[in-house]
Amino acid sequence: MKKWMVLLVVLAAASLFVGVHDLSPRELFAGDREAWEVFLISRLPRLISILIAGSSVSICGLIMQQLSQNRFVSPTTAGTMDWARLGLLVSMIAFAAAGPLVKAAIAVVFAFAGTLLFMTVLDRVKYKDSIFIPLIGLMFGNIVGSVTTFLAYKYDLIQSMSAWMHGDFSVMMQGRYEMLYVSVPLMAIAYVYANRFTIAGMGEEMATNLGVRYRSIVYTGLLIVAVVSAVEVLTVGTLPFLGLIVPNIVTMYYGDHLRKVLPLTAIFGALFVLICDVFGRVAIYPYEIPIGLTVGVIGSGVFLYLLVRRTKQYV
Amino acid sequence: MSNRMKVVVLVVLALGLIVLFLFAHLRGDFDYVLRSRSEKIVAMVLVGWAGAVSTVLFQTMTNNRILTPSIIGLDSVYMLVQTAVVFLFGSTTLTMMGNTLHFLLSAGSMIGFSVLLYSFLFHREGQNLYFILLVGMILGTFFQSLTSFMQYLIDPNEFSIIQDRMFASINNIKTDLLWPAGLLIAAATLYTYRHLHELDVLSLGKDHAINLGVAYETVVKRLLMIVAVLVSVSTALVGPIMFFGLIVANVAYAFFQTYEHRYLLAGAALFGIIALVGGQLVVERVFTFSTTLSVIVNMVGGVYFLYLLLKERKAW
Repeated sequence: MKKWMVLLVVLAAASLFVGVHDLSPRELFAGDREAWEVFLISRLPRLISILIAGSSVSICGLIMQQLSQNRFVSPTTAGTMDWARLGLLVSMIAFAAAGPLVKAAIAVVFAFAGTLLFMTVLDRVKYKDSIFIPLIGLMFGNIVGSVTTFLAYKYDLIQSMSAWMHGDFSVMMQGRYEMLYVSVPLMAIAYVYANRFTIAGMGEEMATNLGVRYRSIVYTGLLIVAVVSAVEVLTVGTLPFLGLIVPNIVTMYYGDHLRKVLPLTAIFGALFVLICDVFGRVAIYPYEIPIGLTVGVIGSGVFLYLLVRRTKQYV
Repeated sequence: MSNRMKVVVLVVLALGLIVLFLFAHLRGDFDYVLRSRSEKIVAMVLVGWAGAVSTVLFQTMTNNRILTPSIIGLDSVYMLVQTAVVFLFGSTTLTMMGNTLHFLLSAGSMIGFSVLLYSFLFHREGQNLYFILLVGMILGTFFQSLTSFMQYLIDPNEFSIIQDRMFASINNIKTDLLWPAGLLIAAATLYTYRHLHELDVLSLGKDHAINLGVAYETVVKRLLMIVAVLVSVSTALVGPIMFFGLIVANVAYAFFQTYEHRYLLAGAALFGIIALVGGQLVVERVFTFSTTLSVIVNMVGGVYFLYLLLKERKAW
């Protein structure tokens, strides 16, 4: 774990000096005002939002997989992101004048209700099949997504919607990213609750037998997921499949002990998003590839690989 | 009502809608309005036909009623191939070679690509249906992301312009492709018409079909090529409509209650035309363009698809 942490810190520091505007550590030490402005208004906020978004979304995926005992459940494959987008859109239509906090709150309500609905459906599906469940979740997400598109067309909000569709860190500047800080204490709570999530994943009866309040644990978990997803969609935009592939890769190598792999998942999530973002910044310099596209390609590709590899019984 | 009668009813209904679409609220410059409307109608008829026929053929081949070419991502493959052609040859070459050549080139490569995809998904017998569905859907997402990625690389400044110029949607029909598209569809339909009986036998399943003397591998490979061509045509004309084929084909199965492809194919194609023309009428007249047909189709189709999945599972 230590070596990954070191790698992350080194890369993070290096990423601060990658961008269209030339910026070197020497200028900063010399106290160049323009350099400091670029650094403080653009580069640092960007790095912070990358780190927070990458790690918190990955942790969300891990929590959902633990609670549902299914490796292919994540904010993307359970439709949480789609619900959050619908919530944002509804808040823009119904409460156009409201501030970003109110909008985020409405998105949280939608994301929470939608994910809860999905989990309830999961409970009622008699024969659990690791493949069937993400399939249903993706379909749910699709339907919610088309309702969102329908509304967006009707109220002429397609443009704002596409901003939530594709994640993009190039717009993360001072004043736009601060809401992401909400996710930090949530990650800490997730760490504290880790063992309880594991027990809740064993099912309602087992958990109750072991003296854990099943309902409240599940709700806590889903609430964390809903808040993180809503905040992420509102500020950065969607990073598809991130919450699915990072926890899967981590648990493949480090096992399933939630409390142990949770920090690792956070580090890997941040590392993955950071690398993708830096790649996007250099690939067609001086232009940028939005990170949603890069993560989308890698994410769906890795998901395919995981599907084929982790479901050998079907192949 | 006999099946023949049902087909007649559908033909009448389709013609009625077409006439309505052409002549409703006719005002202004008649010449211009009628020409633009008839181009639209021809495109919708072609797409309805191609989408429905390709779905029924594909479902007969794979022996199920949930998988469709667009659900396993074939139309995303077309978009990818189309973008890759521009990517490899450069966007100036594209403008020089014109839409038709570009279309034929893409449709050609699409055939090879879909054979690959098919053998990847169905390479072993008894493959779990849900596995194929999920992998197909994710493959679709993968191809879509790859497509946008490449478009971005081609020209980050003109991302949306490229998208508009290259990709069709129902309100942005590529009318200059009508001729080549029509010819391809006609050829595919003729081929299918001459092999109707083989299709009836195929729907009994692979083993029975082989027992009854169908050269299974060859027939399936040819059908797959036909499907690939039809999907290319409809995607090139109006863009992908994910659940269109699923709805139309299943409505046709329920309406005709038969295994004879003579009726199934004709019926599905007619339903396809009715759905597109009727749907577009509703979008234009009722919603006054405040939405698009593909959004509605995806909403209805998504719900229906979910219903099919859960029903199949008898989960409730």
